[in-house]
Amino acid sequence: MSIHIAHTRRPAHTPNRSGFAAPIVFITAGRILRQLLNDRRTVVLILAVPSLMIALISAIMDAAPQVFASVGLILLAFFPFMMMFMITSITLLRERTGGTLERLMTTPTGKLDLVGGYALAFGLAAATQTAIAATVAYTWLGLETAGPVWAVFVIAISASLFGMALGLFVSAFATTEFQAIQFMPVFVVPQLLLCGLIWPREQMAGWLQGVSDVLPITYAVEALTEVRVNPEITSTMWTDLAVVGGAVLVAAALGAATLRRRTG
Amino acid sequence: MPSTTPGLPTGLPELQPAISAQDLFVERGGRQVLRGVSTSIPAGSVTGLLGPSGSGKTTFIRCVVGTQKIKSGTVTVLGESAGTKQLRRRVAYVTQDAAIYPDLSVKSNVGYFAALYGRGRAEAAAAIELVGMADHANHLAANLSGGQKTRTSLACALVSEPDVLVLDEPTVGLDPVIREELWNQFRDLAAAAGKTLLVSSHVMDEADRCDRLLLLRDGTFIADDTPADLRASTGTDNLEAAFLHLIRELDKVA
Repeated sequence: MSIHIAHTRRPAHTPNRSGFAAPIVFITAGRILRQLLNDRRTVVLILAVPSLMIALISAIMDAAPQVFASVGLILLAFFPFMMMFMITSITLLRERTGGTLERLMTTPTGKLDLVGGYALAFGLAAATQTAIAATVAYTWLGLETAGPVWAVFVIAISASLFGMALGLFVSAFATTEFQAIQFMPVFVVPQLLLCGLIWPREQMAGWLQGVSDVLPITYAVEALTEVRVNPEITSTMWTDLAVVGGAVLVAAALGAATLRRRTG
Repeated sequence: MPSTTPGLPTGLPELQPAISAQDLFVERGGRQVLRGVSTSIPAGSVTGLLGPSGSGKTTFIRCVVGTQKIKSGTVTVLGESAGTKQLRRRVAYVTQDAAIYPDLSVKSNVGYFAALYGRGRAEAAAAIELVGMADHANHLAANLSGGQKTRTSLACALVSEPDVLVLDEPTVGLDPVIREELWNQFRDLAAAAGKTLLVSSHVMDEADRCDRLLLLRDGTFIADDTPADLRASTGTDNLEAAFLHLIRELDKVA
């Protein structure tokens, strides 16, 4: 094994020979997707598990199709949210602890390039996951909505981007992967319990309704309900979607703020 | 004491310093890690940053690449304040533990860093060749040995063709042959390509490969000199002895 020293190098500031430099946010997204694709087992789990879970719920609720119409639909948006939260918090924790984040901070990569790269890469994963789960649910499980499927899709992707941004933020407070996993019950489960999936919101104690009101997933669920019962897109749905979108931006800004270029 | 007028190694042209630190203080976790260090590192040279573990080598290096919070003092690299956006294209940093993605191949790792600097596949392949990893280009980084990971990490830095290359203990855990080859490469980058290298090490026998030495102990530079002058001034013929001599002299004063 020998190292050959070749000096065919040129000064550092000359532009790229090929003349084209992709924006760093796309380069970053490509790298994250490649990492994901190298882990075949995770890819299979991401794509198959939500469909299987929704099929299971459908079988459980076989006797009450109108309940499945509501629960199955909510799960269609909840799975991408949960998955994005998990994979973003773990992957980003690895970047933080593995030294690659510090290294990236010494390269031309900006914080928003990194946040955007994660959003693009995992957003694509969430879109694929939702497409498969929605196809299964609508085609074979008899899921029906009065409103259009694309609206369900848009809500699911918004929820997944919120999961990504929340995971990014939360990864700053975990020092090990064990801790990152423990943040799931703290940040994800309450939103599932309080969003109206397992118990109607209006039958909860007043203070719990107040808590529910500030959790973004509540609005994703309300938007889905609008699509389920109304053939037309309602203004309530747009408002709910705007709330979720606002939550994505706030969480992403908080997450970007935890990416420190200089540390102590 | 750090000398204010560093004697340049013979044969190198006199240039403005590539890296300079002025009265640099750094605290980490309430402890003073750097206690007012100043130095000036000439362009086109290999400077060794030597000292026992815990002496502040990594902290000093992080100041140079701009990832360390500084309490007071200044660090200037290529005429600009360390860590500015412009410098991030011209300064490359190789961390002590190989900061590469274990779930990517050698090729993908180097290709990613190449792309960040607007370089293409050909440049990535050349950098992989340069560190002798061409035979392993398609292997996942997770399956590499420690030395191979270090060399992959080095390729990720070399691919950006930096003007200043900062390496934190790059030869730890490498076998002597590869260590020798890497040092030849460092020398060559400085001599032939005019790059400035700052290399930390705690192995004294690597000190002789440097144009200049910075000896760090307890957060202060106890020497800032060429290897030859250091030997002469301490009246010793090896650098390990010179370092020990300096420490004893300091302890006598204290």
